[in-house]
Amino acid sequence: MNTKSLYQEVVLDHNRNPRNYGSLDNANRTAEGDNPLCGDHLNIKINLSKGRINDISFQGESCAICKASASMMTTKVKGKTQEDAETLIQEFRDMTIGKLELDSNHHLGHLTVFSGVRELPTRVKCAVLPWHTLHAALNSVATVSTEADDDPMHVSIGNA
Amino acid sequence: MKLAESLLKSPGASILNIEQIRSDFPILKLKIDGKPLVYLDNAASSQMPQPVIDRMIRYQTTQHANINRAVHYLSETATEEYEKSRNKLKCFINASEDREVIFTSGTTDAINLVAHGYGRKFISSGDEIILTTLEHHSNIVPWQMLAEEKGARIRVVPINNAGELLIDEYEQLFNKHTKFVGITHVSNALGTINPIKQMIEFAHARNVPVLIDGAQAAPHMKIDVQDLDCDFYTFSGHKLCGPTGIGILYGKASLLEHMQPFKGGGDMIASVTFEKTTYNTIPHKFEAGTPPIAAAIGFGAAIDYLSEIDMSVIKAYEHDLIDYATEQISFIPGIRIIGNATNKVAVLSFAVDKIHPHDIGTLLNQEGIAVRTGHHCAQPVMQHFKVPATTRASFSFYNSMSEIDALISSIQKVQKIFS
Repeated sequence: MNTKSLYQEVVLDHNRNPRNYGSLDNANRTAEGDNPLCGDHLNIKINLSKGRINDISFQGESCAICKASASMMTTKVKGKTQEDAETLIQEFRDMTIGKLELDSNHHLGHLTVFSGVRELPTRVKCAVLPWHTLHAALNSVATVSTEADDDPMHVSIGNA
Repeated sequence: MKLAESLLKSPGASILNIEQIRSDFPILKLKIDGKPLVYLDNAASSQMPQPVIDRMIRYQTTQHANINRAVHYLSETATEEYEKSRNKLKCFINASEDREVIFTSGTTDAINLVAHGYGRKFISSGDEIILTTLEHHSNIVPWQMLAEEKGARIRVVPINNAGELLIDEYEQLFNKHTKFVGITHVSNALGTINPIKQMIEFAHARNVPVLIDGAQAAPHMKIDVQDLDCDFYTFSGHKLCGPTGIGILYGKASLLEHMQPFKGGGDMIASVTFEKTTYNTIPHKFEAGTPPIAAAIGFGAAIDYLSEIDMSVIKAYEHDLIDYATEQISFIPGIRIIGNATNKVAVLSFAVDKIHPHDIGTLLNQEGIAVRTGHHCAQPVMQHFKVPATTRASFSFYNSMSEIDALISSIQKVQKIFS
């Protein structure tokens, strides 16, 4: 059952004890990510030099899926090159909308724990927001959201 | 003896035969991933009982044709049944005449009709429109659009932390520029019942007309528009066990007659030439094109079903439901109820410590429980309570006490997962 697999221990652990949570003194790139319809809000700070993410942090209020995704993302991309990080961002997005073959040659590793979110369209935005925000930070875009043109599924899911 | 009377006459017995009622609703037998459906999202939409489903099928199989157009049997029958539904709605809300009941595609459509038909004609630059913090977006946005177009101003009645309107503040908002008031009868996000009768009286003493958004009130209590003396009252069929795509606008005849039409087309005209077109009388002036005939007839059948049970029985039973739910949920540590008005319908919005509504809703769904999470199209309410979203359980007369027990134990399960 997909919901159960989504809230498995690793996700709950990252929600309870988020890694790299807090501020970053030597940050040289930062971006805000906002999911206004459900209230997820994130700030991602990175120290990027010589094309490598030397350090990264995140802060903000969000649901468990978003927080765990952000936490696992920061541990995954820390130390990686910008190019490798962008590959991961694309692969993660593709996975959440069912466009990635899980047994293909991807680099997601443990992040496949979020594959269940593709069965829950209303939660895709929650999982994707940190990655969207990281992409913005890497490309010096100040704020992003997961609405309208930035909607990863390009379909607006109304919240009543 | 009517069902209601027989139940009320037996002391100590449940005022409503819940098992019998539930057996009328086929969808309640559904299993969600092996778990029985516990449908607690009635404020968003209600379920349809078999008699209403059957009535719509009977219409399509023996009575359907376009209305108002022909002299053949089916057209005459369809027209008659459509107008019978109008009459049922008129009686349901105690309007004085059938022609004061306009069929619309829902509450949002009805409010837009008034914003255009009344607002565009009578509101001008510098005028003020009073709304409240509790409004659903459908009773905010049409007025904002009108205000922007005309250079009018929106004034907002604030609420207290129980989610009740501050009536003193409402009264103080009135001035010589006040030209219209829009108030929700019941808050969809919090369940608060507003004292609209007194608010309407206050407005009328200053010659200001009032529109009441009754979408969340009509399913839960008897509505008497003459007693309320409201100028407009709106609600939707799908929240009263009827089909989607239909609602009504009640308006006083004197107002409706002076309003300009909303949509142009067939049926709303008296005569058409390219030189000049004259409009039909009410209600047809506001019913352009082929209406949702089957849906209107379904709405009428839903009104019959509810009237058979009796709105006062429904109200009393739902009162027991919300009392029980509120009591049970307050035993769970780490729960905050949002919206503690003294007068409420059976709506329970709550927050769980350290757990986001989206996670709650997703995990409750796993238990077969349908609640709604989000801002409920009432962002101003959320902003007041400084939350981006709440989890909302909204009950109907076909929910049972044991379904409340299921909700409570599932919330506790969710807390355990996150502990």
